[in-house]
Amino acid sequence: MATTIDGATIDEATIARDANRRIRRSNNFAGWAFAGPSVFIVLGLSFIPMIWAGYLSLTDSNLVSAGHFIGLANYAALAKDPLLRQAFTNTFLLAVMYLPIGLAAGLGVAILLNQKIKLIGFYRTCFLVPFVASAAAEGLLFGFIFDPNFGIVNAGLQAVGLPRQGFLQDPSQALAVLAIVYFWTQFGFNIVIYLAALQDIPQEVLEAAKIDGAGRWSRFWHVTVPTVRPVTIFLLVWGLIDVFQFFDLVYTTTRGGPLNSTLTLVYYIWELAFNFFTAGYGAAVAYVLFFTSLIVTVAALAYGRRRRVTL
Amino acid sequence: MTGEQTLQGVPEVDMALHRARIEEAERRMHRSGWRRHLPQRGHLVLLPLSIIMVLPFVWMLLTSFMTDTEINSIPPSLWPHHLYTGGYSTVLASSDFPYWFLNSLIVAGAAVLAQLVLCSLAGYAFARIQFRGSSVMLILLLATALIPFQLTVIPTFVIFHDIGLINTLGALIVPQLTSALGIYLMYSFFQSFPRELEEAGRIDGCSRLQVFWKVVLPLAKPALAALGIITFIYAWNDLFWPLIAITSSRTFTVQVGLTTFQGEHITHWSQIMAGTTLTTLPVLLVFLFGQRRFIQAITGAVKG
Repeated sequence: MATTIDGATIDEATIARDANRRIRRSNNFAGWAFAGPSVFIVLGLSFIPMIWAGYLSLTDSNLVSAGHFIGLANYAALAKDPLLRQAFTNTFLLAVMYLPIGLAAGLGVAILLNQKIKLIGFYRTCFLVPFVASAAAEGLLFGFIFDPNFGIVNAGLQAVGLPRQGFLQDPSQALAVLAIVYFWTQFGFNIVIYLAALQDIPQEVLEAAKIDGAGRWSRFWHVTVPTVRPVTIFLLVWGLIDVFQFFDLVYTTTRGGPLNSTLTLVYYIWELAFNFFTAGYGAAVAYVLFFTSLIVTVAALAYGRRRRVTL
Repeated sequence: MTGEQTLQGVPEVDMALHRARIEEAERRMHRSGWRRHLPQRGHLVLLPLSIIMVLPFVWMLLTSFMTDTEINSIPPSLWPHHLYTGGYSTVLASSDFPYWFLNSLIVAGAAVLAQLVLCSLAGYAFARIQFRGSSVMLILLLATALIPFQLTVIPTFVIFHDIGLINTLGALIVPQLTSALGIYLMYSFFQSFPRELEEAGRIDGCSRLQVFWKVVLPLAKPALAALGIITFIYAWNDLFWPLIAITSSRTFTVQVGLTTFQGEHITHWSQIMAGTTLTTLPVLLVFLFGQRRFIQAITGAVKG
């Protein structure tokens, strides 16, 4: 429909189209003005270095100079690298020692806290403090606590008549001690996440199960565990990614020793690139780490999805 | 209507049994009489466990006030005989600790300020403004969560080295100016934000930026507080990147500085514990004051 104003014919459809276009253009402008800086920084500091690292892994770069293109030589070398195998084994052992107990204990404490218990605020604060404090400070603190000569743990062992231990200086104990310290740092996080999930379970469901005669255990296995399964999968993936990036505690306690018994993947990458200046090789190891953690993450998520569907 | 009428046809016996079960369950749930005043059984586990969780920090605080002789005696004393502050004064006077502390404050402060602005702007844009490429960009941003920093760190070092940022605080601030997690937090907050308020602002003739600044941000304080707290804690605690990017002592952050105590003062535990106490204190204070927001942030990020 057309109207005539002062002799000019204006099509209303055209007006509407122009207005729409103007709104869209202003939206595009505003959206990019608001989000642009963040998008530019985050993508620029992740995808560009990621591609660059891929190129570096094909060179013999020594960090300061670009190096020469050497094809897949770095990858061929890392397949036969005993230290890399050691780092993988140690990282895997950390995950095995920490994850099952970390998640089970987290759920257990969260269930206790979810029983309308008094002092819940106090408990939650206590459990979260190790998660909030820095891993560097905690590493130093536990280096002191587990010190073979002056540490309080050995003093305690001696007081009750048990033999003193080497702890972080004993190749057969160091990784287990780190797993314990790591458990202590992450415990509060697991508890708080599980507690939030438990608080979302409608009380009626549990009461209905109770009235139907379900005991404590069967309520736990058949109501609580299935309901929090998505959170369990999340914590599993989160925990795996975090274990794969294990660095701070190693750096501030054992520096990978004794006898490489606590050498983790990221500590090894750091050593290769910034201590030995074999940046090209370090980038290749970093890519192996990236693909491994990606595969593990996707597998865990796929598993979680399948289990939820079949429930 | 009574229960019997709605359940017509159900034998009377079953109803009685049903009611008895409900009563039994209720009795079990609400403890009656004198048992009400007993502490709940959960405390038997929770109390010792929570003490174990904070005990290392108590020990850190106690030993920071002990002399090295007290600490190194066998068996070690459990309590400082008098309040010895030599550890603290040595750390503050004869190491670069004051520089490290100030540097950490600058980096964490800049990170908090920048993320409050940039993450809320970006989160708002993705939640509210329909612009070209927004959905692709949001997916790409979230995908960066899968890229570990250890993969990008070597090229990042090279880039920062080439533009002359290495060994400056700028090298520590730039990567923290914004974050995918922060954008996501603000994005999910703004998605549940009532639209009517903004529309009222727009009708009153405010520009988008004015609406954002005057209407939206003041109401986003809870989310901003949560973002600010986790950003501060993360920036303050970071060790990996500062360790790589900074090489001269006066530009260290506290975390990097602490690690230099290891070799130098290997037996001076009093100083090391004074240093770790001072390093832990700011982050602990922020956590204690903003605990509710902190928990909201970490649980919100999971549920979203």
